[in-house]
Amino acid sequence: MPPKPHLALLAALLFAFGVQYFSDQFNPYYLDVLTGIGINVILAVSLNLVNGYTGQFSLGHAGFMSVGAYLSAAVTLYFAPRWFGEDGGTVWQEGGLFLMALLAGGLSAAFAGLLVGVPSLRLKGDYLALVTLGFGEIIRVTFQNVESLGGALGLNGIPPYTTIFWVLAFVAITIFVVTCLVNSTYGRGFLATRDDEIASEAVGLNTTRYKIVAFVIGAFFAGIAGGLYGHFKLTITPTGFDFTKSIEIVVMVILGGMGNTLGVILAAILLTLLPEVLRPVAEYRMVLYSFLLIVLMLARPQGLFNFKFGKSKA
Amino acid sequence: MSEFLQQLLNGLSLGAIYALIALGYTMVYGVLRFINFAHSDVFMVGAFIGYYMGKLVPEHTVWGGLVVLAVSMIGCAILGMTIERLAYRPLRSAPTLNVLITAIGVSLLLEYTGQVFFGAAPRNFPSIFPVHNFAFGSVIITSNQLIVIAVAVVLMIGLQLIVYRTKIGTAMRAVSLNPKAAALMGVNNDVVISFTFGLGSALAAAGGILYALNYPSIDPLMGVMPGLKAFVAAILGGIGNIPGAALGGLILGTVETFVSGSQWSTYKDAIAFAILIIIMLFRPAGLLGKFTVEKV
Repeated sequence: MPPKPHLALLAALLFAFGVQYFSDQFNPYYLDVLTGIGINVILAVSLNLVNGYTGQFSLGHAGFMSVGAYLSAAVTLYFAPRWFGEDGGTVWQEGGLFLMALLAGGLSAAFAGLLVGVPSLRLKGDYLALVTLGFGEIIRVTFQNVESLGGALGLNGIPPYTTIFWVLAFVAITIFVVTCLVNSTYGRGFLATRDDEIASEAVGLNTTRYKIVAFVIGAFFAGIAGGLYGHFKLTITPTGFDFTKSIEIVVMVILGGMGNTLGVILAAILLTLLPEVLRPVAEYRMVLYSFLLIVLMLARPQGLFNFKFGKSKA
Repeated sequence: MSEFLQQLLNGLSLGAIYALIALGYTMVYGVLRFINFAHSDVFMVGAFIGYYMGKLVPEHTVWGGLVVLAVSMIGCAILGMTIERLAYRPLRSAPTLNVLITAIGVSLLLEYTGQVFFGAAPRNFPSIFPVHNFAFGSVIITSNQLIVIAVAVVLMIGLQLIVYRTKIGTAMRAVSLNPKAAALMGVNNDVVISFTFGLGSALAAAGGILYALNYPSIDPLMGVMPGLKAFVAAILGGIGNIPGAALGGLILGTVETFVSGSQWSTYKDAIAFAILIIIMLFRPAGLLGKFTVEKV
């Protein structure tokens, strides 16, 4: 953690603004890749709070992402034509609406996280993983059946509000919140819950509450990432948020080394770039991707960027 | 009433397939305590071996169908053992999560390799067994449904005999109870685990062919949903418990068929997960599983 996290956050926000200012100088393809990386970093860092720091294995992150994506898209699709008419609003008006939509998406995802978390966090390990997987799939099937949200066809014509500024800004905010939380006095409770749940309870920590808090915060940022994703791809379908997407995020967390924010960020970048780099070998790229995944897991089971393995981890 | 019987029959034949896949999950979980995500793709490979073999034997013959079934089961048994040897054995002492991710990697590898070799477009599965419809009043039983149920019952009885009447079966149960103690008693854990993977994969292959007979369109991603549901079935019956997996499969298949016949049909994929959540919350050990208290 940097010595002055608030200053680091401010610097990151300014940097995001700077990148936005010069964004038309860059190759649009690189900007798109960067946006994709940013969204994945938010997802991986927020899941790391649940999986890595609190030790609760969740396989339903894509479900929360879809809640955020749908709710925020619904907000902009409803308000944008009514407020701005045909021509669209100014940058500030659209930005304000987008922020509102993202927060709505994040909060609804957090609420979904609460609903899922309260009953399921009583379970441990594999069982928790399965229940979150089940909830993720139920969320997806539900969206498939809600006609007002497009049903199986999904939502189309979402306004392209996601700019590189918003992505970088929320990457910075996510990392800031997770890092500060984990390093705070309160946040020690997450680590204690992970390291030894029974011992933590014996010294009076309410581990269930820690788990739920981690889950809800993780879901909130997943919802934000979903909102960014929806306004970036401009069209969302329920199948885009299936269990494969959850797996993809989990892989980033594990490859980065559980509970190691920097490693997880690097892994998210690497795993987003990998399919892009492998584009020349077109049809074989996903074969190679999965093959590399197995090889990496066999060669470095402690995570690609975790160098402290075996010292204190249980 | 006849509609009820018809749906029950459809449900049981779907459930028998889920049960066959669930057995593989449950046996692997029994000996290794991890979820073999690649199992559902072995199921897919089984169906594809059946597809190619089906072209070599004459259609609509019982012996042709049985040959296809046998070849596919042997092929998948070899595949399952190879996967275990190359991907899982090096991680025997690593945390479960790593093995889980490796399993996911193997699953993706099989799916994408399948898409490269077989193409992503669905194919029609040949009807290898004779086709005949039997009508009992207004209830219609297709010969494929009978084959599904017959093959599933025979395989499950066979499995029960292997697990409870043979030496290797005893070793399997010993490893699942306590791998260290079993090793001290002279059980070769690696051989037992390898055998378990072979057995489970062979059952998945049989499930794949039976599934393809009843839903005759196969593609490289066909295993994902049946695989997840079979896993739910294994949990429902109590993971690690062989009769439980069979019971869970039958229940799940029947419930799902009834839901798809009702006004809630579009939610049929959600029902399995709803069952999963309910069972996890109220009886995490499953219907036939034994609940164990965690001791400090």
